[in-house]
Amino acid sequence: MMSKGLSGIDLAHLAIDDIRRIFSYDDRDLLEEMARAARELTRRQFGRAISLYAPLYIANYCENECVYCGFHASSKIIPRSKLTMDQIDRECAALAATGIRSCLILTGESRFHSPPQYIRDACIIASRYFPYVAVEVYPLEEHEYRELYLAGVDGVTIYQETYDRARYDELHLAGPKKVYDYRVEAPDRVARSGMRQISMGVLLGLTDWRQDIMALFEHVRHLEREYPGVEFGLAFPRLRRVADDEHHYIEVSDKEMFKIMCAARLFFPRAGISISTRELPAFRDRIIEFGVTKMSAGSSTRVGGYVERSEYDDGQFQVHDPRSFDEVKAMLMAKGFDPVVTEWRNIVNS
Amino acid sequence: MEDTLLIAGREFTSRFFLGTGKFGNKAAMKEAIITSGSQLVTVALRRIDLDDTDENILSFIPESTTIMVNTSGARNADEAVRIARIAKEAGYGDWIKIEVINDSRYLLPDNQETIKATKVLSGEGFVVLPYMNPDLYVAKALVDAGAAAVMPLGSLIGSNQGLRMRALIEVLIEEIIEVPIVVDAGIGRPSQAAEAMEIGAAAVLANTAVADAEDPPLMAAAFARGVEAGRMAYLAKMGKERTMARASSPLTGFLYDE
Repeated sequence: MMSKGLSGIDLAHLAIDDIRRIFSYDDRDLLEEMARAARELTRRQFGRAISLYAPLYIANYCENECVYCGFHASSKIIPRSKLTMDQIDRECAALAATGIRSCLILTGESRFHSPPQYIRDACIIASRYFPYVAVEVYPLEEHEYRELYLAGVDGVTIYQETYDRARYDELHLAGPKKVYDYRVEAPDRVARSGMRQISMGVLLGLTDWRQDIMALFEHVRHLEREYPGVEFGLAFPRLRRVADDEHHYIEVSDKEMFKIMCAARLFFPRAGISISTRELPAFRDRIIEFGVTKMSAGSSTRVGGYVERSEYDDGQFQVHDPRSFDEVKAMLMAKGFDPVVTEWRNIVNS
Repeated sequence: MEDTLLIAGREFTSRFFLGTGKFGNKAAMKEAIITSGSQLVTVALRRIDLDDTDENILSFIPESTTIMVNTSGARNADEAVRIARIAKEAGYGDWIKIEVINDSRYLLPDNQETIKATKVLSGEGFVVLPYMNPDLYVAKALVDAGAAAVMPLGSLIGSNQGLRMRALIEVLIEEIIEVPIVVDAGIGRPSQAAEAMEIGAAAVLANTAVADAEDPPLMAAAFARGVEAGRMAYLAKMGKERTMARASSPLTGFLYDE
């Protein structure tokens, strides 16, 4: 049972100020207590089910200069491409053949190369293969989200990266993404469009994670009250290999990452929490039971990466968990979890 | 005389209904259905994958069990109706548990939308069992709309808090005589299931507490017995609980010239 432990913090009824206190302690007992509470709550809310999904990159043209991203506009290393509708169909078929039923469609930010209409057409094709389709694309207008929703899209992923405005400005050198407010207001537009799920997050390592996570939690809690029908999801991708970098990234340790996950579960009992393939398998497997509800599996972050499996590391970020969909499924089953492949059936949105 | 529960013309000898979500594996779920003797289980349409027989949850449900598809994921009446129709077309029968939830933090049912969906679906010939927040007016409206049973929540879904809504559920049991009252959600222990039956519920539906146990089949059997014990106590018309001992010399004796 959850109780007021050593810290005097009531983990069963966390207030935002408690989160601030939790983040300021480095206390082994507190962390242990949080882990127990997060595990119990996750089991009660979600049982032993973990949903599996895979990303599908359809285009990587990008006008943004985000200093931390492999797809940034001036990068000459990344070959730029954009799949045709036929190629998208073949990518979907190849991905669906692995057993995946939930798919996240991604593009870079280019209204010229990958306009909303193109994304929409891709989603219509994807929805023939996958009962659940979500998008992770540049921020759109409300009516554009609405069109995606009507085309069968049920979820949108949009990360603010950081809530520190000055730092945001510093790290986003050029491109439409430079406008902080247009991005931070995107979840409101998504919610108003009718979309069922919104996944939000910050990129850990850009600035002091405590401030960023607090801001994220406050943002999501506000949206929950405003749009109670929307299911919110959280993700905590973290930058790796941050040493000796000119951009002054701040490393987030495994212990800190673990604390963030537990705090997220306790503060948002019903939120979906996903864990990225950026994480190493050993760590990924360990933290599942403390709040994770969703994992990507057998992921490729290359455009066209499923038809043409490649050894080259030229995706948006390096995938640190190279296991196939079947391998991830087997790992989950061995740990007593039910890998859920089908979690949604499109019911014709209107 | 056998004590059977009748819903929409179908007889149930077990009054324990089981939800099929949240189990660690589908074999454990199947075992739980068998050991509990449950004859009615709910399955979320969103979890049914017909393309894959290994994963298809339906192939783990014993033949003789009545399957009631639930509308999990519906945020309004219209979506619940669409999910029910898809389920029927796909051949999953016409028993539907209506679950309309437009609140992702507490998962509380939207009573008004639930009434609307009940009306439409019962009009289309579905056997409709709506999940609701216990309220007498709503329960009456659900009966008028054609519900085959009314399923009030005992407490918040997945909370294991038991019969927090007891006083309001007692009102439903007392006043709604046309259809059975089935307590659904929040029942965390067999003793809580027994309590619901003792006060006169027709059946209990549980899921989390069974799926979450270290040994789900054993816990399912324990729940089934809790439900049976509570039912027997109800039929045996147990004595009322008293808060103080009864005075041995009556207080009103002087009125009778004794």
